[in-house]
Amino acid sequence: MYDLHHNTPEFTVSEISQTLKKTVESSFSHVRIRGEVSSFKVHTSGHAYFTLKDEGAVLDAVCWRGSVSRLQVRPEEGMEVIATGKLTTYPGRSKYQIVVESMEIAGEGALLKMLEARKKKLAAEGLFDEERKKSLPFIPKSIGVVTSPTGAVIRDILHRIEDRFPNHVLVWPVLVQGDGAAEQIAAAIHGFNNLPSPPELLIVARGGGSLEDLWCFNEEVVVRAVADSTIPIISAVGHETDITLCDFAADQRAPTPTAAAEFAVPVRRDLAKHLQHHHSRLQDQLDQKLSLLESRVDSLKRGIPDLDSLMGDWTQRLDDWSERLNMSWNTSLKTHHNQVSMISSRLSHPRQTLEKWESALQGVCKRLEPMGMRSINDNQSQLQRWGPLLESYSYERTLERGFTLTLDAQGNVVTSANAINAGDTLNIRFKDGERKVEAKEKVA
Amino acid sequence: MTTNNISELSFEAALQELETLVRKLEEGKVNLEDSIASYERGTALKLHCEEKLREARMRVEKIMVGTPDGTHTTQPFETS
Repeated sequence: MYDLHHNTPEFTVSEISQTLKKTVESSFSHVRIRGEVSSFKVHTSGHAYFTLKDEGAVLDAVCWRGSVSRLQVRPEEGMEVIATGKLTTYPGRSKYQIVVESMEIAGEGALLKMLEARKKKLAAEGLFDEERKKSLPFIPKSIGVVTSPTGAVIRDILHRIEDRFPNHVLVWPVLVQGDGAAEQIAAAIHGFNNLPSPPELLIVARGGGSLEDLWCFNEEVVVRAVADSTIPIISAVGHETDITLCDFAADQRAPTPTAAAEFAVPVRRDLAKHLQHHHSRLQDQLDQKLSLLESRVDSLKRGIPDLDSLMGDWTQRLDDWSERLNMSWNTSLKTHHNQVSMISSRLSHPRQTLEKWESALQGVCKRLEPMGMRSINDNQSQLQRWGPLLESYSYERTLERGFTLTLDAQGNVVTSANAINAGDTLNIRFKDGERKVEAKEKVA
Repeated sequence: MTTNNISELSFEAALQELETLVRKLEEGKVNLEDSIASYERGTALKLHCEEKLREARMRVEKIMVGTPDGTHTTQPFETS
C-alpha cells in the first residue's frame, strides 16, 4: 500500500494543471451546451464573462472580444441559450470554463418570448406607430430592393414589376440569414437613403424560413433602419404567416415578395385604359355640350318672327293712331266752333240793355207817384189812434189806481225784493208825492 | 390644380386633374368657353399621362458596395 503510493508519479501543481488542461481541451474541443445565462458582463477589455447554469450545476463562460461582436443574440439574464465553443481550464484559479464562439437561443418558445419582449420595447419607443407610416408613391420613379441577389425572391419581384409597370429597379444584394445579415440589411437601407438620387420606394424581402432563419429581420438594427428610412418601405419577409419586427416597422407589409411588387407599382395597362376612358368621357362631354348649344341656337332661330309680320304690326298700329289723330282733330275743332257760336248768341247789343232798363225805370216811377200821398194820410190817422192808447199805458195812471213805485237812493226803480238790503233808504212814489222809507228784513 | 405647367405634373396628379375636369363637365355647369378650355387641357393631360406611361422601361441594376471611400457603383443586374 505504501509502495503503491510511491509508485504513483508525483506532479507539481502546475504539471497536473497543465495535464488536466490538455485533457479537457482535447476531449471537449467542440461542445454545445444548453443552459441559462447568468451574471452577463462585458469587461472594458471587450471580453464578456458570464455563467451558464441549470438546476444542478454552474459553468463559467467567457466570450472573447472578437466573438462577442459576432454573436447572433445578445445574451440577457435568464436567457436559455445553446452555447457552442470549447472547454478550457484556468490553472491560476483551479477553474474550468467554456470559451463561447457562438450562441443561439434555445428553443422556439424562448425565441418567441424574446421577440415579444423586444417588440414591446420597440413599440414603446413608437417605432411601429401608425403616424410614422409613410404613404407609398403611386408610380415610383425607381425602386430599391434589399434582398439576396440569388434565389426566387428577387426573380419574383422583378417579374411582377415588369408585368405590371416596367420600372428602374436597384438591387442591393445582402445576406438574408446568418452572421452579419442584420447589419448588411440595415446598411443597405441606410445606403439607399443616402444615395445622391435615392429610389422613391424600397422593398425589403426574403423568402420563407424558420423563425431562426428570419431572425435577422427581428434585430434592432434592421427595425430601426426601417423605421428611420425617409424612403417608404414595403416589407415582405417570409410567408404570409411569418411576421417579423421588420414588417411592423415598415410602411406597408406584403405577405409575399410578389405581393410587394404589386404594392409597389400599379398595372400600366389598367391605367392606360382608365386614362382612355376619361378622355373619351371628356370628348363626349364637349360634343354633347356643342350639340346641345347648337340645337338651342336652332330653336331660338325659329322663334325669331319674319320682318314683314314684325313691321306689319307696327305699321298697323301707326295707321290706327294717325287715323285717330285726324278724327280727334276734327272733333275738337267742331266742339270749339259750337262753343263759340253758343257764347256769341248770348252776347246782346248794349242798346237792347238800355231800352230794357228805361222801361223798367218808367214802371217804377209810375208806381212811386201815388205812394207818396197815401203814406202821409196813413200816418196821420194812425197817430190819432195811438195817442190816447199811449196815455192809458202811462204808469202815472196806475199810481192813481193805488199802485206805488219804489225807487232806491239813486232814483232807480226797484223791481225785486232781493235788490234791497235791510237798512237801505228807499223812496216810495205815490200819485201825489214821494215818501222816504227805511227797509226792514225780507219777509219770508 | 394650381400648376399650369402640365409637364411638371406627376402622372397621379395629371390623372386626378383629368378626372376632376371630366366630372365638372359632366355636371354641366361649365360655359362653352370654359368647356373648350377644359377639353384642351384634358387632352394635354391625357397626352402627358400617356407619355409618362410610355416612359416605363425595365432597367435593373445592382449596387456594388465595397469601394473604400463608401461610395457605391452600379452595374446591370442579371437574374440567375
